[in-house]
Amino acid sequence: MADHLPDLDTAVSTALQAVEAALTLDELREAESSVLGKHGVFAAAKKRLASLAPEERAPAGASINAARAAVEAAIGERRAALSTGERAKLLESDRIDLTERRRPEQRGHLHLVTQTQQHLEDVFVAMGFSVEEGPLVETDWHNFQALNIPPAHPARANQDTLYLDFGAPETTLLRTHTSPVQIRTMLSKAPPIYAICPGRVYRKDTPDARHTPAFSQIEGLVVDRGITFGDLAGTIDAFTKAYFGADINARLRPAYFPFTEPSAEFEVTCAICRGDGCRTCSNTGWIELGGCGMVHPAVLRAVGIDPEEWSGFAFGFGIDRCAQVFHTISDMRVMADNDLRFIRQF
Amino acid sequence: MLVPLSWLRDFAPFGHDIDLLVDTMNALGLVVEGVERVGSGIRDVVVAKVLEVDSIEGADRIRRVVVDHGVGPVQVVCGAMNFGQGATVAFAPVGSVLPGDFAIGKRRMKGVESNGMICSARELEVGEDGAGIMLLDDALTPGTPLAEAIGVDPDVVFDLAIEGNRPDALCVLGVARDLAAKLALPFTEPDPAMPLPQPSADGPSVAVESPSLCPIFTATHLDHVTIGPSPDWLARRLTLAGMRPINNIVDISNYVMLELGQPTHPYDADRLQGGGFLVRQARPGEQIATLDGEVRTVGQGEDCLIADAHGVPVGIGGIMGGGSSEIHDGTTSVILEAAWFEPMVIARSSKQLGLRSEASARFEKGVDEGSLDRSVARFCALAAAYAGATVGARTVWRSEAFAPAPVTQVLRTARVNSLLGTELDDAAIDDYLGGIGFVVERSESGVATITSPSWRPDVTIEEALIEEVARHHGYDSIPRTLRSSSGSGGGLTRKQRERRLVRDVLCGRSISEAMTSPLLGPGDHARVGLPEDDLISADRPLVLEESILRSSLLPGVLRSISHNVRHRATEVRLFELGPTWERPREPVAEPDAIDRHVTGPEGGLPHESDRLAVALWPADAYSAADVWMVLADALRLQKPAIAVATQSADGLHPTRTAVVTVDGSAVGVAAEIDPAVVERLGIEGRIAWLDIDLTALQAAPRRSAIARDVSRFPSSDIDLAFVVPDDVASGDVLITLEKAAGDLLEFVELFDVYRGQGVVEGARSLAYRLRFCALDHTLTDAEVGERRAACIDAAETRHGANLRR
Repeated sequence: MADHLPDLDTAVSTALQAVEAALTLDELREAESSVLGKHGVFAAAKKRLASLAPEERAPAGASINAARAAVEAAIGERRAALSTGERAKLLESDRIDLTERRRPEQRGHLHLVTQTQQHLEDVFVAMGFSVEEGPLVETDWHNFQALNIPPAHPARANQDTLYLDFGAPETTLLRTHTSPVQIRTMLSKAPPIYAICPGRVYRKDTPDARHTPAFSQIEGLVVDRGITFGDLAGTIDAFTKAYFGADINARLRPAYFPFTEPSAEFEVTCAICRGDGCRTCSNTGWIELGGCGMVHPAVLRAVGIDPEEWSGFAFGFGIDRCAQVFHTISDMRVMADNDLRFIRQF
Repeated sequence: MLVPLSWLRDFAPFGHDIDLLVDTMNALGLVVEGVERVGSGIRDVVVAKVLEVDSIEGADRIRRVVVDHGVGPVQVVCGAMNFGQGATVAFAPVGSVLPGDFAIGKRRMKGVESNGMICSARELEVGEDGAGIMLLDDALTPGTPLAEAIGVDPDVVFDLAIEGNRPDALCVLGVARDLAAKLALPFTEPDPAMPLPQPSADGPSVAVESPSLCPIFTATHLDHVTIGPSPDWLARRLTLAGMRPINNIVDISNYVMLELGQPTHPYDADRLQGGGFLVRQARPGEQIATLDGEVRTVGQGEDCLIADAHGVPVGIGGIMGGGSSEIHDGTTSVILEAAWFEPMVIARSSKQLGLRSEASARFEKGVDEGSLDRSVARFCALAAAYAGATVGARTVWRSEAFAPAPVTQVLRTARVNSLLGTELDDAAIDDYLGGIGFVVERSESGVATITSPSWRPDVTIEEALIEEVARHHGYDSIPRTLRSSSGSGGGLTRKQRERRLVRDVLCGRSISEAMTSPLLGPGDHARVGLPEDDLISADRPLVLEESILRSSLLPGVLRSISHNVRHRATEVRLFELGPTWERPREPVAEPDAIDRHVTGPEGGLPHESDRLAVALWPADAYSAADVWMVLADALRLQKPAIAVATQSADGLHPTRTAVVTVDGSAVGVAAEIDPAVVERLGIEGRIAWLDIDLTALQAAPRRSAIARDVSRFPSSDIDLAFVVPDDVASGDVLITLEKAAGDLLEFVELFDVYRGQGVVEGARSLAYRLRFCALDHTLTDAEVGERRAACIDAAETRHGANLRR
C-alpha cells in the first residue's frame, strides 16, 4: 500500500502551531488557507481516501474530519481573539478630542426688535387679532389729518416729522407712528376690526440712550359694536400678563392724544424689579409703556365709520422700548450698528 | 410746571399725606414727574449773633468767628467776608443736616477748630445769593429757628407734566380745583380784595386792527408805583415755582400768571409813546427787540404785534414784550396789558419764530378768558400792597365775533356708560362734572345740557365730557372686560408666515438679521456704486447723514459688514428685510379731489418695494446662489433658477452676477459685490450678495402641494460628461437634460467641472449625473439607454456640447 494517510496528529499540531503563530488577521487567513485550502494537508488526505480499502475509508474519513474540525475551531478562536485586539487598536487610532472644535458652526440670530415684535404679534394673534401693515412713506393725510390732526395742530410737533421732497410741500412724510396703518385698515375693511399694526416709524430726533430716530412701534385697533373703555383696559391687562408675566399689572391714567377720547397713558409693573422699585423704573415700580384711548369720533368719521353705530379703542407702544426694558439695554444706539457681538447675545 | 403745596392750600385744605396727593394727581392726568421737599434742610439752622471776628495766621480766605446762637459763644471758621462783628447770621451748629443731606461736623482748618457753619441763602436753598453769608434782621433773638425768623415753612413742590388739553391746569388754581374735586375738599377762590375799576374813556387808548388774532385786549393804568424787591413770601413762591424774582411789578405779573393762568404784561407808561396801544398783524420783515435782548424779524406768518399808539412795535402779542418799554428801577407809572390771543395764532407764531415763553405756552393752549378780569384785579391788589400803586383808568376792547364763546352740548347718560363700560346714574355724572365747574342742566326727561366752563375750551364734544366723567370717576374704577374677536378672523397671513419662514431659513444658514436706517446721507449710494441722480430726499432733515431715502439695502448692509470687519469679526453673514424707494417711473394721473387723501400727493407716493438682501463675507457668488436655492425650496417656489445676467448691475461684480428667477421671471440677483467697491470699503476678500424683491417673490407661483409617491424599485444612474463651450451656461445644459430625460428622471445634478488636458481651449467638461426610476417596475437597460441617447442628442444639438467618450 503505497499511499498512506499523512500523520494527522502531526498535521494538526503543525496547523495549531501556525494558527498560534499568526499575529494578525491577515496572517491567520494565510495560515488558514495553507492548512484548510485546496493544497492543504486535509485536502491531500481526503484525496487519498479513494486509494484506501473500502472498509478503511469510513473511519479514515471520520479521523480527517475530526482533525480538520479541531483546526477550524482553533482558527475560529484565534480569529475572535485577533479581531478584538485589532478593533481595539483601530478604535484607539480613531480617538479624537471632541473639545477641540475649531470655528464651531454658528446659527444666525434674528434682530432683537424682530424677536420682540414676533413675540408681541403672537400674543395678540392668540387673542384673535390680525396683523396689518402699510407703507413707511406715507401721506400727510393718513399720518395726521385722518387722525384728527389738521395742519398747524400743535400736536404735530413739526420738528419731529420728516417730510420728503416729493410732490407738493408737506404732503409726503416718513410715518411718525403706525396709526396710518389703522386708517388704511379701516378704509379697506369693514368692522368688526381686531388688528395690530407693527412696523418701523421715523422721528426727526437726535439719538440718545433711549431714542433712535428710526424705531419700531406696535399699535392695536379694535372697532366693533359696543366697545368700551373697560374693554380697552381689559385688553391692555391681558396683553401685559401674556407678554410680561402673570404678576405684571397694567394701570391707566388720563392723557391727551388728538385721535382718542377719552385718552390714557398705560404703565406696567416694572419687569425688572417686579414692582419693588429699581433704576429702570426710577424707583416707582412702574414703567410707562404707551398711549391708548377710545377712537375719536372724528377719526371714525374720516374713514366713513358711523361713531354712533360703532365704537373702538386703539393703543400703541414702542417695540424697541419693550426690548430695552426686557433686556435692560443701556444705550439703544447700539442697535444701529448691527454689531454681531450684540446681535449674537439674543 | 412746579406747584408748591403751600400755594395749593390757598384754595383748598389739602392734607399732609403727600403720597395720596401724588396718587390723586396722577389719577387725574396731572402727571407728577417729581416731588421735592424744600425747607426741611433748615430745620436745624438758628439765628446767631457774631461776637468776634479775627484773622487766622497764614490764611487770607478764612477767618475765625465766634458766634452766640443762644447757648453761649461757639468758635467757627468762615470763608465769607461780607460781615463783621455784631452781624446777625444763620448758623448751623454741629449735628445739623443741611439741604442735600449735608451733615455739619466738627472740623479743623489751619489749626483752628470749627464747630458749625455760617450759611448763605443758596446753601440753605432759601434764596439765590451764594456770594456771601445770609445777613438777617439785627432785631432777631439768637437761638430763634431760622424758619421762624424768615417765615419759611417746609414745603413740598410738585413737578407736574400738564397735557395739551388741560390749559386750565397750567396754574395753581386750576390744579387745586381738579384736586379738591377729586378729594371732595371745599374749593374756594380767595377774593382779590380790590374792586376792579370800570372801563372808562380816559383809560389808555386801545385800537385793535386784527381782532381775529387778538379778540380781547385790556389796558389798566397804575400810578405812584415804587419799584423795589418783592416781599419775601412772594419772591419765595416764585422761586419755588421755578421763576427768578426780578422786581415787585414784574414779579406780581408772573405771580398772577402762575396762580390764575392769565399772562399779563406791564409796560412803563412813560416809555410807551402815546400812552396806548395799536394791536395789528406784523408786516413782513418788521423787526422788534424783545425782552431777552434779541432782535427778531416778524411778519413772515400771521404774527400779532403790539405797537404803541404811534404804531411802533413794543411786543409780540402773547409771546414776549419788547425791551423799549420794559419796567426799570425808575418806573413810576405802569400800564398793564391783559389780553386774550387766538391759540392757533400763538402756536404758529411761536413755532415759526422759534420763541417760546411762559406766556406763549399758555396762550397757545387757550387761556381762561373768564379769569381775565380777576387776574387784573389780583395784579392791582398786589401792586397796591407791595409797590404802592394806585389804580387808575382802564380800557377794555372786545370783539364778540372773535372772542371765545361758551360751549353747550348734550350729554347722554347711556352714551357715557356705553363708551366707558360703566353703570353710572345721572346724579353721579352731574356730581363729577359739577365738581370741576361744568354747569349741568337737566330737562324733565333727564336729558343733560352741559355748559363747559371758560377754563375748559378743550371740551367741545360729548366724548370729551365723557373723559371728564371717567377722570373723576377714576380710570381704575372702570371694570376691566375682554372682548372676543369672534368673526373677525385674525392670525398671520400667508405673506406674514412666509416672511417669518424666510427669516428662520436664513438663521438656519447662520445668517443674522440686521436693521439699517431707511435714510442715508449724500454719497452713501455712490460709495457702493449706485446712482444718486434720482433719489428722494428729505425736506429740512436734522442731519445730512439721514437725508436721503435709500433706493437699495446695499449701502446700509455693507456699512454693517464694514462695522463688523473693523471690529475684527472673522466672518460676517447678515441679511435685512426692509423697504426701498424709487420715484414712480410713470407719473400717476392726478387723483380726484375726493380720493386725493387715499392716493396722497399728486403723482402718488414713491414706489416702495419690500426687499430681502443677504451679504456674506468672506464668500463668493456661489454662496449667494446656494442661499437663493435653499430659500426657493423653503418657499416651494415653482422652477426656481439662476440665469447668467445679460447686463451688469450697479455696484455688483460685472462677471459674477446672475439673475434669480421663478418660473422664468426675474425676482432678484445673486452676485458678488464689485471688487472696486469692496476695496473702497477697505475689506479684503469677496462679498457674496443676494438681493430679492420680496413682493415679487411672494406673488410667484408655487410648486404643487400634492404629495408625490416614492418608488420601491431600484433606480439607475447614468453619468454624462460633455465638452461645452465656455459661453454656454451649465444651468442651461442642465435644464436641457432635464427636459430630454423625461418623466422617469428622479434628479439631474452637475457633479464635476474639468478644464485642461484633453479639453479644448475655450470649453470645459461638465459631468452630470442623472438618476432614473419608475414607480411600478425596475427599469430595463433599453429604457435607460433610450433616455441616455435622447439626453446626449439634446445637449449636442442645443448647446454644441460634445459627449466625452
